[in-house]
Amino acid sequence: MATAWTRRSILGLAVAAAFGASLPAFGADTIKIGLVTALSGQSARAGEAITRGLTIAIDELNASGGVLGRKFELLRRDDEATPAKGVIAARELVFKEKVAVLFGGLDTPVSLAIVPIMNEAKVPFMGPWAAGTPITRNGANPNFVFRVSAVDEIVDKAMLQYAQKTFNAKKPGLILINNPWGESNEKGLRAAMDAKGVKAAGIEKFEGNDVDVVPQLTRLKQGGADSLFLVGNVGPSSQVVKSLDRMGWKVPIVSHWGPAGGRFTELAGPNAKEVHFVQTYSFFGKQGAVGEKVMKRLMATYSDIKGPGDVTPAVGVANAYDAMHLVALAIRNAGSTDGPKVREGFYKIATYDGLIKKYSKPFTPDNHDAINENDYVWTQFIDNQILPVGMKQ
Amino acid sequence: MLIVSALITGLGLGSMYGLLALGFHVTYAVSATVNFAQGSSMMLGAVFAYTFAVRLGWPLPAAVAMALVLCAVYGALVERLAVRPFVRRGSNAWLMATVALGILADNAVLFTFGKEPRGFPMAWASGSIEVAGINLAPLQLVIPVAGIALAAALHAFSRYTRHGKAMLAVVQNPEAARLMGINVPLAILGAFALSTVFAGAAGILIAPLFNVHSDMGTVFGLKAFAVAILGGITSAWGVMLAGILFGVVESMITALLGSSYTQVLTFAVVIVALAAMPNGLFGRVEVKKV
Repeated sequence: MATAWTRRSILGLAVAAAFGASLPAFGADTIKIGLVTALSGQSARAGEAITRGLTIAIDELNASGGVLGRKFELLRRDDEATPAKGVIAARELVFKEKVAVLFGGLDTPVSLAIVPIMNEAKVPFMGPWAAGTPITRNGANPNFVFRVSAVDEIVDKAMLQYAQKTFNAKKPGLILINNPWGESNEKGLRAAMDAKGVKAAGIEKFEGNDVDVVPQLTRLKQGGADSLFLVGNVGPSSQVVKSLDRMGWKVPIVSHWGPAGGRFTELAGPNAKEVHFVQTYSFFGKQGAVGEKVMKRLMATYSDIKGPGDVTPAVGVANAYDAMHLVALAIRNAGSTDGPKVREGFYKIATYDGLIKKYSKPFTPDNHDAINENDYVWTQFIDNQILPVGMKQ
Repeated sequence: MLIVSALITGLGLGSMYGLLALGFHVTYAVSATVNFAQGSSMMLGAVFAYTFAVRLGWPLPAAVAMALVLCAVYGALVERLAVRPFVRRGSNAWLMATVALGILADNAVLFTFGKEPRGFPMAWASGSIEVAGINLAPLQLVIPVAGIALAAALHAFSRYTRHGKAMLAVVQNPEAARLMGINVPLAILGAFALSTVFAGAAGILIAPLFNVHSDMGTVFGLKAFAVAILGGITSAWGVMLAGILFGVVESMITALLGSSYTQVLTFAVVIVALAAMPNGLFGRVEVKKV
């Protein structure tokens, strides 16, 4: 009997030891950070850019010991730019993997579908790209959604301001993708134009798989449009440029940042350079200390990055990098990974010297968006590189 | 200007829908089955042509020819793997099997071709020429011509060639055709190959105006099926004309009423047309002999 007990206990100890030894390998001590974004399809490059920004930030944080004595671990899921798939992935990461903070991706419809889940689960959601105004201004109380990215409502004001200043636009035409992102911008652009007494030549929608946008553009041309406001991801935006090319209509195009999400020059052809679009950061030109550090790390980590032109889309990398550092500060302030405490931790961030700017009180209970109109950079594609407007390669 | 421009856009798109829908017609006429994943076949045509012409640098005619040959092989595989085994057992599961094979093809392309859409540069697709006061890309004129030429070629093939007549014989009475020495399974296999060649040709024609990616054919495939039903799936010319009509109506609605109404009104027109003419605009009432 004694022998049997001893054998059993030895076996038990061995199993316990094996389990104990294996726990760290499964990341029990890490702080899990989730990412739900498009890793395939037309927006795959955007998902990769966010991944790279997060990876560089996490490597830095982990190299300095992590936060609360724990290192960060990134868990990624592909939403295929589809809200239903994004919701499934978000639920899995929040309820099964117990991520401390979930990052979203490029697509506003996907983020809008995930937001109610996060507010209900009381787990912070960080948006490093999707710009839909209602993502952060979602009406929930308490609101667990934060963002380090452009906001449609503010971008729309900036687009109008830029078009007036640069192209002397008096009667812009709107050509918008037919989805919640397009709707969000239609609302923002209407409000921005109403505030300045500008009347639109027309408002046209187009589908993501439209081959020919000539009918919509012809309506805008006949309505007397002297400039175009374009909102759409890279593929659909390229269809607008190609349709303009076929029509032989040379008109200034001021765009949201959709073209940055892929090979815009290859898809849109030589006139891709005519599109001026908003970004939050460019690795071209003189960089600050953080910019130089991040560029060096990117080149050391990814063999395909030889210089600033290879960091595409830069906005995804930069936003995600700063957002991850702000998340780490929020967790540090909270002293825990408990969702409601981390949410309060965001409000306690005083300053952070980031890549995009030096953040000062980036989040307050009334403002969950860390980037504002003063942080925008206007850019264009020159060959395959996103350069600030007017800058030569 | 608005009307003429919309008409040209509609003719081009409509020819694409027509070509895809002809694929539905060819197999339905011979075997009463279709490849529901015609959109995937269209995508394969564009992906193959892009791969040979752009990545491997082949001359365009050679790239197109090879792409169409591979499309024909794929069509034969669809029939052999996703249709014949089920039809033999009297099952209608080929409906789902063809869809599943299409999804398989889409995903295989996603993993091998890549996740990002690619541009298919072609001189005929960029820049513009002026025709009757309207600016358009030369390819936009080529597409309807090519579409109608292929439909005419199908007509000539089925009326004036031995193989075409054999296919017609299979349509009319498979058993009698078999007794006359016609290889019925081979005729059906050929119909699926031809169907996929039409879809592949549509993909190659549209690719320079669009982008090449793994799900580029999905919506086209759905619209083409609506076109096939609208035209009356048993009539080749009916299907082609319905395709052109669908494209023109779609683009006229966009031009005249605005893009918000395009999908709703286009499909409403299809429903009304089918309610009035259940066998399609040009289809014949099928008589079942008992």
